[in-house]
Amino acid sequence: MEENDKMEITTPLLERDIAGLKAGDMIYVSGVVYTARDAAHKRMCEQLAKGEKMPFDFDGAVVYYAGPCPPKPGKPIGSVGPTTSGRMDLYSPVLIQAGLKAMIGKGLRSKEVVDAIVKYGGVYFAAIGGAAALMGKKVVSAEVIAYDELGTEAVRRLVVKQLPVIVAIDRQGNNLYE
Amino acid sequence: MKIIKTEEITNLVERLSIEANCILSTDIYNGLKENLKHEKSKLGCQVLGTLIENADIAQAEMAPICQDTGMTVVFLTIGQDVHFEGEFLEDAINEGVRRGYEKGYLRKSVVKDPLDRVNTNDNTPAIIHYEFVKGDRFQITVAPKGFGSENMSGLKMLKPSQGVEGIKNFILETVSNAGANPCPPVIVGVGIGGTMEKAALLSKKALLVPVGEHNPDPKIAELETELLTQINNLGIGPAGFGGSTTALSVNILTYATHIAGLPVSVNLGCHVTRHASQIITE
Ligand code: SF4
Repeated sequence: MEENDKMEITTPLLERDIAGLKAGDMIYVSGVVYTARDAAHKRMCEQLAKGEKMPFDFDGAVVYYAGPCPPKPGKPIGSVGPTTSGRMDLYSPVLIQAGLKAMIGKGLRSKEVVDAIVKYGGVYFAAIGGAAALMGKKVVSAEVIAYDELGTEAVRRLVVKQLPVIVAIDRQGNNLYE
Repeated sequence: MKIIKTEEITNLVERLSIEANCILSTDIYNGLKENLKHEKSKLGCQVLGTLIENADIAQAEMAPICQDTGMTVVFLTIGQDVHFEGEFLEDAINEGVRRGYEKGYLRKSVVKDPLDRVNTNDNTPAIIHYEFVKGDRFQITVAPKGFGSENMSGLKMLKPSQGVEGIKNFILETVSNAGANPCPPVIVGVGIGGTMEKAALLSKKALLVPVGEHNPDPKIAELETELLTQINNLGIGPAGFGGSTTALSVNILTYATHIAGLPVSVNLGCHVTRHASQIITE
């Protein structure tokens, strides 16, 4: 990818960080992102419904739909690219309402997710599916913070440096895929 | 009669599991490079460039090309004069998968039960297909299959009267509905004919056909070329961000079928459609 014509945003994200983003923009994300897939989303939503403490602070948070490969010795993580976001559609609106600001994945989202993005303020980034060896190199550190027993599906706190993504659904609800 | 020690098969499966996941096959790599020359969208070109760079990194570091290192599909071609010595063949294959996924730092993505969904933590069991042939030939192909693309595949029992038009429509509809999910540019594996499960298996095997190769039957080869053009006109593009490279190849395999039926199966493979093979000659 070209290095120069891209913006960089750093987490946690505030309304002003995402307000100006437009569908189709290429962005670098730096800072903390949390990995979570279907199994972790199911658990988080169950905990939220019961009023229990969540595995991380949702305010301004970025979730990356990804289940990494195990790290080789001396590396923080293995290959880690996006999984299909549609499987999280059922869970995302309530998490966005709870403060989640950005999601990174691949593929279409439901109308409910787009509506929640517009209503509560959020953004959906698409990463390039399958470019996982390259994205693994953007991860500075990784640590399992919840649901360790889920293996690759556990929630991990990643510190990333310039993770390349594209704005797929912007704050206004414009959709790159349409 | 040829004697093969199953221990040798375990070692082979271990090595092929790692190679298939870390080294992009030459036909797909070249297909990406070729399409980069013709892709019309700027974003599409950047995606293709990134995929090529990703494959280079993966091979140099022997890191998985994609984090979804798949459910391990294994195809065996066994000459009927081959005799196996050692462990039960299926156990030997699964042991190879277990070792390969551990030693190669590959992701374990298999759950033991489709409803309870507890991870087996070693990527077993593999999906194994056995095919018997004459003589003493023995070939093993390891084809780990990611589920981003598997989930967007489909099968339809068409009526014979729907003919070629019906087949084309179903294939185009399947690719179109899949959108960005199967990580385009895709390989479209198609099985036509047989029974329901035969069509499905043919479509999986069609994913093993190298990009650029065509069905020996000229009418089928023509259909492959025509469908590839139509799919690339859908505009889905690399990573689904729009563009003219939606598929690298359409591979069709056919088989005899019943007078009342026209089964068609479409198995989508992503741009890392993996397969590594080895023939044991001695
Ligand atoms: S569809 Fe293929 S490239 Fe995409 S995430 Fe799955 S295995 Fe990786």
